[in-house]
Amino acid sequence: MNIVIVGLSHKTAPVEIREKVAFPPSAMEAPLQQMLKLPSVSEAVIVSTCNRVELYVISRQSDAAIIELKQFLADFHNLKLETLQDHLYDFEGAAAIKHVLRVASSLDSMMIGEPQILGQIKSAYGYACEHKTVGLILNRFLNKAFSVAKRVRNETAIASNAVSVSFAAVELARKIFDSLENKTVMLIGAGEMCELAAKHFINNGVSKVLVTNRTFSRAEKLAEEFGGVAVSFDNFREQLHRVDIVLSSTGAPDYVLSAKKLKEVSKMRRYEPMFLIDIAVPRDIDPLANKLDSIYLYDVDDLQGVVQANLKGRQKEAAKAELIISEEVDQFCLWLSSLEVKPTIVALRQRMEQIRQGEVEKTLNSLTRLEDKERKAIEAMTSAIINKILHHPTYILKQKNNDADGNLYVDAARTLFDLTDQGGTELNNDKSNS
Amino acid sequence: MGTMTLLFTSTTLVYLAASIFYLVSMIGKRPQAGRIGRWLLLAGIIFHAACFAVQHSTARGTPVTSLRESLSFFAWCLILLFLLLDLRFRLSVMGAFAAPLAFLSMVASALSPNIVVQLSPVLKSWLFPVHIMFAFLGNAAFALAFGAGVMYLIQNRMLKSKRFTGIYQLLPSLDVLDRVNYTCLSIGFPLMTLGIISGAFWANTAWGTYWRWDPKETWALITWFLYAALLHGRLSTGWRGRRAAIFSIIAFIFLLFTFLGVNLLLSGYHTFDTFAVL
Repeated sequence: MNIVIVGLSHKTAPVEIREKVAFPPSAMEAPLQQMLKLPSVSEAVIVSTCNRVELYVISRQSDAAIIELKQFLADFHNLKLETLQDHLYDFEGAAAIKHVLRVASSLDSMMIGEPQILGQIKSAYGYACEHKTVGLILNRFLNKAFSVAKRVRNETAIASNAVSVSFAAVELARKIFDSLENKTVMLIGAGEMCELAAKHFINNGVSKVLVTNRTFSRAEKLAEEFGGVAVSFDNFREQLHRVDIVLSSTGAPDYVLSAKKLKEVSKMRRYEPMFLIDIAVPRDIDPLANKLDSIYLYDVDDLQGVVQANLKGRQKEAAKAELIISEEVDQFCLWLSSLEVKPTIVALRQRMEQIRQGEVEKTLNSLTRLEDKERKAIEAMTSAIINKILHHPTYILKQKNNDADGNLYVDAARTLFDLTDQGGTELNNDKSNS
Repeated sequence: MGTMTLLFTSTTLVYLAASIFYLVSMIGKRPQAGRIGRWLLLAGIIFHAACFAVQHSTARGTPVTSLRESLSFFAWCLILLFLLLDLRFRLSVMGAFAAPLAFLSMVASALSPNIVVQLSPVLKSWLFPVHIMFAFLGNAAFALAFGAGVMYLIQNRMLKSKRFTGIYQLLPSLDVLDRVNYTCLSIGFPLMTLGIISGAFWANTAWGTYWRWDPKETWALITWFLYAALLHGRLSTGWRGRRAAIFSIIAFIFLLFTFLGVNLLLSGYHTFDTFAVL
């Protein structure tokens, strides 16, 4: 039994193609059931996000499964396979396990360390469970993927630093002010990045918001949105001494705040630090202001620099994550291969034989006055008992092997008789077992 | 003497262990390691105090008369003050500064000549240990302020120049470092003041005059004025952040000179009499 994956992602297909093969969450039942009906598929999960569409299945015939899945993807969305072919990738066995673990841990995402993908895969798993297309292996596998993703997040710093400009701004503010509660933010002008940053600051504890704009009505509207106060553009400078953080993004061609003015403000604030973020191009705030002791002035490039540095940091952490994932892939492969029937039956026999021999030896050692004939009889009897006991279970295991739920029996047998240390063989294409 | 050596060595090793735990806590971002470090330091000052107790019972008088003993006592004061500071500001960075400094002080102490200096009877008075206590505790507080100041400058440099290295992540915020600096200064200054005053009273009991312009007294006074100016600046004219940090560092250098330099380089009744080499 192998894990087989077919799919495409932002790495192999542009959005025009990706949107054509997406599966909406509200309509998962039909595609999942259709996948299950494919001859070589016994379990199925569909992961469909804005950056990737992937089909995870369990199959005994990996090659056939890959072909069938590719065709299914094309047919279901009324596309020609030729148009999709070049964008599709496929994985099986250990490579498939590794791929899913990497995806779940956000190593394959556009931005390494992003948190959404894990939730998206969990949802996909949820839909598949709902429509009963998940069996023992995918169940075990996806839960394993979730725990590995958690491990990666906890044991590496892959997701710890800000990699968006707004988050970077908040992070920097925290390095200056420690806590953002009771701090005042002033928004000068407007603009998406500016407003986004303001929202982040508010989410992180900033309580007072002042908004100013050349158009007072705009300032009022934003102020209302943020639960703050609007200030007229003519005298916003007089309010600056009360402000700790400034977000500036006007369309003005010259500086809206001069270094001289900020020097005055700084003095009025008794040199309490002030954090200014100048998102505008051309810049709103005179860069010379950064030379002042208590002024920390960042423009867009500076913030991008922080983001880049953090991204580099994430790359390093990604390397650590890959190591964790390799470890987990090996472990999981071991478990998967233990689900092979033949080694399980062999292991079962070995375990029984071990027990039999142990008991026979103990008994025969204490019955010293037995003759050879009697000894042989005891050996024969105990062997017969073992054989009779194992006869039916062995038959069932072989029989069920061809069914969808055969793995359950193998897994149960291993657990019940504690065969877990008798190890399976290498994970392989099990054409021999069909 | 065997017990004392044993206690001394154990204390030194405990300080070393604590240093390692604090460094791990700071760099590896594991708060649990910091907690262990804290407990180790607590154990450390208890051993250390026991060490002093043993020494006190075998010698006659307070055992802080030689460089060796002074360094050991300084380490103790440093850790004591750090633990008090830790109650308010739980910062593994400060631990990563204080614990190694204490350890180094102990090592320096062990390497100093082991000479027991007998205080001449004229100098014996209850004021002597009081004076020493205040002085050393004040020194320890200023050492912590120095540490916070250095860290502030490093962090500030990065935030200003926008060139971030790994340390940026490890160091706490500017605000916290500034507050630590202020707290340590406001603890250290009264202690130093009391140290100087008790010293003057002690001088009076011993020599009949409060002030002799001995090099140590003079330099201590200069240092005291520096710290007074710094504290005044902080309180009234908004001297904070970078300015306060730089000043704390300069003042501490003066303090080091007062504490060690005078004894080692100049002469006067504050010298460690038996310390001949430099």
